[in-house]
Formats: sequence, C-alpha cells, structure tokens
Amino acid sequence: MNPFATWAFFIAIGLGTFLLRFSFIYLFGKVAMPDRLKRALRYVPVSVLAALVFPAITSPAGALDLSFGNVRLLAGIAGALVAWKTRNVLWTIAVGMVLLWVFQTL
Amino acid sequence: MKAVPQDFLAGARDTIPILLGVVPFATICGVAAVSVGLTPFEAVGMTFIVYAGASQLAVFQLMGAGSPWLIMVVTAWVINVRFTMYSAALAPFLQKEPIRRKAPFAYMLSDQAFGVTMTRFSNELPTRPAWYFYGSAATVWLTWNISATAGALLGTLVPESWGFDFAFPLSFMALMFAALQDRPGVAAAIVGGVTAVLAKSLPYNLGLVLAATLGIAAGVLYEGFLNRPETGVAP
Repeated sequence: MNPFATWAFFIAIGLGTFLLRFSFIYLFGKVAMPDRLKRALRYVPVSVLAALVFPAITSPAGALDLSFGNVRLLAGIAGALVAWKTRNVLWTIAVGMVLLWVFQTL
Repeated sequence: MKAVPQDFLAGARDTIPILLGVVPFATICGVAAVSVGLTPFEAVGMTFIVYAGASQLAVFQLMGAGSPWLIMVVTAWVINVRFTMYSAALAPFLQKEPIRRKAPFAYMLSDQAFGVTMTRFSNELPTRPAWYFYGSAATVWLTWNISATAGALLGTLVPESWGFDFAFPLSFMALMFAALQDRPGVAAAIVGGVTAVLAKSLPYNLGLVLAATLGIAAGVLYEGFLNRPETGVAP
C-alpha cells in the first residue's frame, strides 16, 4: 500500500469504528436496538476470534497440518489451555511463545 | 459545578487497577503493528485513529497473510460491532450531554472503561454519570496511546525470527475465552473456527466472513433451541 492508501485505510476503519461507538449514544430516544439484533451481536466476538485462531494454528503454512510436526498447533493448544484457565492475554502469549521457541529448537 | 471534577476523578481512580492489563496489551499492539511492516509513525497514527486493540491485531494478522484491504476493513468493523451494545447501554447516562461532548466521549469508549463504568453504575450512580465515564475512558485512552507508542518504538528491535506473529492467535484465544459465557457461545466459537479452517482456500479471505456468519447463526440457533417451550406441543 502506498502511504496515501495506508492512511485512507486507517481512516476507513476508524470512521466505521467511531460510528459503531457513537450509534446509540447519538440515537438514544430516537431508535431502540431490536432485541433480536442484540442477541445476535452477543455471538459476534467469539465467532470472529475463533475464525482467526483456528486456521492460524491448524494451517500455519497454508495447508491443514494436524501432525506433531506442526509446532504452532502444539504451542497453540497449550496456549488455549492457559487462555481457558486464566483468560489473561499476557499469560497466554508468554506460555505460547516460550513453548513455540522450545518446540522449534527440539 | 463541583460534581464534575469529583466524578471525573472518581472514574479515573477506579480505573487505575485495570491499567495493569492495559499497559502490556497496548504495548503488544504497538510491537505487532511494527512487526507487520508499519512504520512506528503509522502504528501510532493507526492507534490514535482506530483505538480498538483487538480489531487492530486482527488487521495485522491479515496484513501478514496478504489479505485484500476491503476484507481487513470489514473484519475490523465486525470485531468492533460489540461497541454498539456498549453504546446502547451507556446512552441513557450520556443523554443530557450536548453532542459536542457525546462525540468525543463515544470515541474514547473502550471495553475497559465500559466495564469499570457499568460496574460502578450498577452499585451507585454518581451525580454526573457522564463525567465518571469520561474520567475512566480518558484514563484508559491516555495509558493505551502512551503504551502503544512505546511498543511501536520497541517493535523495531524485535527480530522476525522470533515468530512474533504467533502472538496474534494467542491473544485472540485469551479474548475468546474471556468472551465465552455459555453453551451457545461455545457453539458459535466451534462452528466459526471449524468453518474458517474448512473455508480457508476461498478467495479474498472470504472464509473469515463466512465463518463469522455461520458462527453467529449457530449461537442464535442454539439459544433458540435452549429457550424452546418444554411442553412439546407442536407450534
């Protein structure tokens, strides 16, 4: 991306994000969020995050690789256990990265 | 009005304990931005403009994979759709403020400020709730931007051989487990994740959009199934 496109890209993301934040603060009293939409929105974060996580650890080189040779899968499963137990970003990154380096050198 | 500075300071004070989580996460976002090839100036600029860590990390992961920009923009928006829920919950407390204040207050809305503010409001409502929120939000905003800037400067020192890109899925895991509350949520995560793996070869990274859509549908359907009437009488 050239510098102009890069900044236009940031502004596109930022403007959309601002409108999402501003939405009901601005619309209060004019429009209420439909109940159905509210329920569906609850599942947005977990769906998107899972969709980013699964391929990144099961197919790091592009093709599906569920063998023991896939160090990112092994370190990722360990990281998932830490994430599940602690729900802490830092601990998950620390354990996952250290295990990745250990498995890579083995 | 004395309530204004008092409530602002109370919001800032109640936010200090959670800064312990904000500083490292924002620093990681700064490091991550530089690791995918942004200049430190671009990294700082993006954090200032977008100010939404999880969506920025998602964009960085997709940048590293060479995704088209439209997919990256849509993915970021989809991750940030949760802010509409926060916006709806906060709206009644901000309604007395003029629009020139509502807009910057909205820009500073974050997961952390929302959490601190709603916890306080459910216990005891401050005299000027909007200013309590602003105190909390501004504290998170300032800490976030300073830490992300430090990360962007540090990031130039991290060599590529460290495989820092693996920090993206790791951080998403922690965010995902923190957001998992019930069985429909688990169903949404499993369907979304498995679909993303199966649909990985779709062009333009459309597999991600398909996966998110099916994941959300799975959550809604599961919830509807749990809430079905117990009588067994056909509708």
